[in-house]
Amino acid sequence: MKDIVCKLLIIGAGPGGYVCAIRAAQLGVDTAIVDMARPGGTCLNIGCIPSKALIHAADEFYRTVAMAAGGNPMGIRAEGPSIDLKTAMAWKDGITGRLTLGVSALMKKAGVKVVVGEARFRDGKTVDVETETGRQVIRAESIVIATGSAPAELPGLPFGGPVLSSTEALSLEAVPPRLAVVGAGYIGLELGTAFAKLGSKVTIVEAFDRILPVYDQQLTQPVAKRLASLGVDLLLDTKVKGLSGDGHGLQVEDAGGQQREIAADRILVTIGRRPRTQGWGRDELELDMEGRYVRIDNPCRTSMRGIYAIGDVTGEPMLAHRAMAQGEMVAEIVAGRRRAWDKRVIPAVCFTDPEIVSAGLSPEEARAAGHEVITGMFPLAANGRAMTLAAEEGFVRVVARADNHLVLGVQAVGAGVSELSAGFALAIEMGARLEDVAGTTHAHPTLSEGFAEASMKALGHALHI
Amino acid sequence: MVERMIKLPDVGEGVAEAELVEWHVDVGDLVREDMVIAAVMTGKATVEIPSPVDGEVTWRHGEVGDVIATGTVILKIRTAGEAEREEQGEVPAADDPAEPAHKLIQPLKASHEVSPQVPEKAPLPDVRSGQSARPLASPAVRLKAREAGIDLRHVAATGPAGRITHDDLDAFVRSAHREPVASGPAPDTTIHEVKVVGLRRRIAERMALSKSRIPHITYVEEVDMTALEELRARLNGADGKGRKPDQPKLTILPFLIRAMVKAIAQQPDINAHFDDEAGVVRQFGGVHVGIAAQTPAGLVVPVVRHAEARDIFDCAREVARLGEAARNGTAQREELSGSTITISSLGALGGIVSTPVINHPEVAIIGVNKLAIRPHWDGMQFVPRKMMNLSSSFDHRVIDGWDAASFVQRLKALLETPALIFVDA
Repeated sequence: MKDIVCKLLIIGAGPGGYVCAIRAAQLGVDTAIVDMARPGGTCLNIGCIPSKALIHAADEFYRTVAMAAGGNPMGIRAEGPSIDLKTAMAWKDGITGRLTLGVSALMKKAGVKVVVGEARFRDGKTVDVETETGRQVIRAESIVIATGSAPAELPGLPFGGPVLSSTEALSLEAVPPRLAVVGAGYIGLELGTAFAKLGSKVTIVEAFDRILPVYDQQLTQPVAKRLASLGVDLLLDTKVKGLSGDGHGLQVEDAGGQQREIAADRILVTIGRRPRTQGWGRDELELDMEGRYVRIDNPCRTSMRGIYAIGDVTGEPMLAHRAMAQGEMVAEIVAGRRRAWDKRVIPAVCFTDPEIVSAGLSPEEARAAGHEVITGMFPLAANGRAMTLAAEEGFVRVVARADNHLVLGVQAVGAGVSELSAGFALAIEMGARLEDVAGTTHAHPTLSEGFAEASMKALGHALHI
Repeated sequence: MVERMIKLPDVGEGVAEAELVEWHVDVGDLVREDMVIAAVMTGKATVEIPSPVDGEVTWRHGEVGDVIATGTVILKIRTAGEAEREEQGEVPAADDPAEPAHKLIQPLKASHEVSPQVPEKAPLPDVRSGQSARPLASPAVRLKAREAGIDLRHVAATGPAGRITHDDLDAFVRSAHREPVASGPAPDTTIHEVKVVGLRRRIAERMALSKSRIPHITYVEEVDMTALEELRARLNGADGKGRKPDQPKLTILPFLIRAMVKAIAQQPDINAHFDDEAGVVRQFGGVHVGIAAQTPAGLVVPVVRHAEARDIFDCAREVARLGEAARNGTAQREELSGSTITISSLGALGGIVSTPVINHPEVAIIGVNKLAIRPHWDGMQFVPRKMMNLSSSFDHRVIDGWDAASFVQRLKALLETPALIFVDA
């Protein structure tokens, strides 16, 4: 096969890689991208998008179930609701299919060469790709490593049989009657909650003493409350010892050393994700690492000239939108523009029930960073729109510097608050002060009023509490 | 956090000091290992100094133009991370009290620098908002600044909470290049001070040295180049026969070089260095011909070494290669020094007469003036001939006028009957 010679080669067509490719090609850079699977990476195929589809299906179904149970305050009655998970999965697959086709079309339109196969570095400028039709050599001036991450395995509980990673959980064709979830991070909670709503008896095992350890307790408390009301068993301070003898359950040990067995038809392990730093010929390169990640500097350069790395393989936060922003920046750098990573905020969302949004610093983090802070919290129970949605649980909280009222962070928990993340991130990125947020007229009746109210609260003059 | 002291390394010539010609980093900049932090000049070569570590520049010593002793701390870089800590030669920040900077810098100023400058930069109003080291500005302002190459930490902020607005940035740009608004002719009272640094300073010193120590005698003679030009056209293949593909196109210079080799064989005292302090003239067996060449940075003199051992094409090849290297700035230090005699040629700008300045400590320089067709009296009539003047200077302390004239007359004879250049006699 004739060698491909190009200016920019991207390894991995996930959200970081494909954005980098499209942007580079738009700027006239001769660009190629390699991936062994459909474009879109984990996010589109087995991550963000399909999980949100499943969560929505579960929400819809559960709402109907609740209506069927009677006592609906709006007077809606339903009878005998059921869900055909196969159909739900087909609907989900239709969404991911459309999105990956869309990504392919966008890359094609921009003029990106797409090569399907397994890439392996031969040296810092050359990559071998094992394609269906043989070996394709690609030489490029600049190479971007965007290989992403994969679900981490628990030693002693390898994936396979009843032990699922998030990938398999997102393609189950029947609802498991009993589901054990190992790890109460956001992936475990999102999927655990969804399966609980679909009818599984869910037990969540977490070694730490609380759920979502990266968020403060004020934010996670409504989620814990909801898990309890959904009948999810939450075993905190509990370690997994392994599969039980018959393979139909999980052996766990609590903080006191007491062992017990949890019966489960399926065991979902969501203890985090590991960067994909193997399998693409890293040994052929002289890349410095930073812990388990590829070390990068501010403009995403690795320790080797002409090689960049973006996305999950470079560290936390492992979020698609971080990878996309990095990919866009690297594309512009390769095209000769002056760019550097100067983002002030990468917002994060948990699609738990209720949803959690965090942008910027929490009050503790802000104090730890040496700021004197003021905070303002506005409960959604005082928000008209939240009431009309029958979703009054939750709040919006703003963290600002005491001296000049610069907004350092905004967090929220509540049904549908994920959409508020845009306003939070914009405020921080623009360098807004509390007065700016409070002085912006937020539409009524919307949940977003909570942001303005929280800012007023921090300034000492909330109107509605 | 560890603070690394970056010293001016021995840049390889065994010299004790080097002149700082360019800073590539400023205080507050983040640097990467191997990124160039500064350029220094020793002799005629500029050497780039790479950073040995990643980190943030916290302190910088020396201004462009300063002569700095090897081993002087020129930069402090704050590094993060555990890995670096194991490396040698670094000083933990805690052990590095504000004790000072001035201790490190005393011996560094060249004597002619009068105003001792305080090394700590005390510039720029501190417009940072409190502890936030990153300037506060919207993404659009940040992008605009980055594309304009402006460090936002230097821009005064007028927005709320110390935010830099678009107007602040525009004002900064305007203040950076404020130009007088004038209509019609107006007296221009501006004085633009250009610091003489780097190569320019080097040239200034060499010229002053030559002119102050060497009593020049300049001798001008015209040379009929018609025969040589015919030969040259022939060798360059104007008649279609052509030179071999591996042979370079010949200019006048290689002929002149070969003619000089011939003439020097008769008068070896012309190809010499005069060490006036030791009272010794060193006559060289090898003829190393310096070719004064103009480059974007200024005058440099690449050297065709051992011209006596090169044929005409070899000379031509070497002249072309060195000229290219000098213009690109890729010439090695050895290629820019060690000449025993120099040619100064301005080509089409050669004029009628010049008074070339001897390249100290040499004793002669041959200046080439412009070649032009001029009427020449052949005894019967005026005929058009291709004429060219040679303006040559000699060190009158060791070369008498008679010898200088004899040398130029030899060159003239060789160039007017070019066959003589190629005859071994």
